[in-house]
Amino acid sequence: MSGANVSGPNSNRSEESAAPLVPLSHLDELWFQVAGTRCNLTCNHCFISCSPHNDSFGFLSLDEVARRLEESVPLGVKEYYFTGGEPFLNLEMVDILVLTLRYGPATVLTNGTVLKDAWLERLASAETESPYSLEMRVSIDGFSPETNDPIRGEGTFDRAMRGVHMLVRYGFLPIITAARTWPIERDREVIESFVRVLRSAGYDRPRLKILPTLQIGAEECRTRGYQPDERITPEMMNGYDVSQLVCEHSRIVTDRGVHVCPILIESPDSLLGATLEESQVPFGVRHGACFTCYQFGALCSNYSTTPPSPGSRQIAHGGNRSHEESRR
Amino acid sequence: MNRIACLGGIYSNYLALEVALRDARRRGVDAIYCLGDMGAFGPHPDRVFPLLNEYNVVCLQGNYDDSIGNALDNCQCGYTDPRDNYFAQLSYDYTLAHTSECNRRLLRDLPRSLRVELGPLRVLLCHGSPRKVNEFVWESTSSTHFLDVLARQRGVDVVACTHTGIKWHRPLGEGRHWVNVGALGRPENDGSTDVWYSLLEYSAADGFRAEFVPVTYNYERLAQEMREQSLPEEFVETILTGWWTTCLEILPAMERRRGKY
Repeated sequence: MSGANVSGPNSNRSEESAAPLVPLSHLDELWFQVAGTRCNLTCNHCFISCSPHNDSFGFLSLDEVARRLEESVPLGVKEYYFTGGEPFLNLEMVDILVLTLRYGPATVLTNGTVLKDAWLERLASAETESPYSLEMRVSIDGFSPETNDPIRGEGTFDRAMRGVHMLVRYGFLPIITAARTWPIERDREVIESFVRVLRSAGYDRPRLKILPTLQIGAEECRTRGYQPDERITPEMMNGYDVSQLVCEHSRIVTDRGVHVCPILIESPDSLLGATLEESQVPFGVRHGACFTCYQFGALCSNYSTTPPSPGSRQIAHGGNRSHEESRR
Repeated sequence: MNRIACLGGIYSNYLALEVALRDARRRGVDAIYCLGDMGAFGPHPDRVFPLLNEYNVVCLQGNYDDSIGNALDNCQCGYTDPRDNYFAQLSYDYTLAHTSECNRRLLRDLPRSLRVELGPLRVLLCHGSPRKVNEFVWESTSSTHFLDVLARQRGVDVVACTHTGIKWHRPLGEGRHWVNVGALGRPENDGSTDVWYSLLEYSAADGFRAEFVPVTYNYERLAQEMREQSLPEEFVETILTGWWTTCLEILPAMERRRGKY
């Protein structure tokens, strides 16, 4: 069912050209780097090293987002995602989300530390008037100050939990997103601790998404970078459900143009064009981060991620990507 | 054809299936279609097949049918929450063990999609989406232009699917429509014990019309049989209360908020 849409390596056998090419099957998820690389926090695992002083990518204006939303309609984009940096540092963020909810479902990835009552009141009202969900994803990397703050900064656990509490008060069901900075074998124990802490803080049906860390940006300094053999090879694509890869169904708009995925924006080869149409070209999955995406699948969407289990057919949540109708 | 009944997500609920089929026949529909997932969740999976046969129901293959038919390891719903996976696996192992080889062969050979005509309208019937059998197409996470592009790419006026377990209908551009026909197997997380199927109709006067039909059935008997079969009490609670207790991870915010858990 899979692999059929993936081109093999080019005939020139340099390591670079051996990367499998992954075509975009359909632009399901359109991302916006809406706050550039500006963040009020400086997390030491951030894969694009966002901070209060990182201006390498700039904010997107409401007008720019509006133009891209219009551009997305004929392409049939399914959902819109907003990330940064911290999206709510963009003073037009609430207007941007209100506008987006007229086009489709919206998800915003926030650290939860700068939320304001007036913003949440307006957003809750916009979602009520829309047929679409507004998902709030709040990044918290541990279930206590002791486990979270060494990664995200002093006092950030308590501040983020206050954000969660505010969101719940306005009727949101935030998805708590945690990067797996613990050994994978401890997943169950950590998830149970998260659930217990969130419940005791008044969030009675907590939703969680666990992400693998990406060994780039600040995380490369915190732990290690990718080894040369941590790459997707053409052989690895045999029998693999290519729809697990973010680049197969997503693109991201930054102030420089349209890039292949939210993870690789700092890589020069990630910039695919000025328009969404131009960005619909295959991408060579040659990066170490592509290897993590391959291993865990569905990395950026709202579902949780665990490595695909062996022995089961790999057909993932989101999409096509092989043509179901033509199978029979 | 001008009027068809579409049902799906039976999940072994043969009691609701019988009520729905009798109701559809009474209404004089031209044909009855099942959009897949015969087994799961409920008791005695083999009991749905004689009914589907008796009422000449044309069936499609859902992800569960593919798994049971081919004896795969799991139901291919793609849950990642450990609790959801635990319950999904209990249900899957029970259903696989209690589906006869004859019925498994039948499930293996079902088509994935079907094109039918409803008056002048071209209708595509499928399980999850036209592009993937286990794609969750939720009302609140699918833009109208996304649905419209999927319908246009396939050259159809109406797409009918099931899989998510919650019915909905959205008119698209230029007279096209997307319909989730609902599920007969379990209530749709709204606190009611009723389950749902759909009537799709065309008339020159009104054009296309989708009607959702509530199915009131003997849910207490189903609950009792589930307990007799040692199926999880969490599943029984859903049948008795109308609230989902498992597989909640996949629900988007808006659909999740409507439920109790």
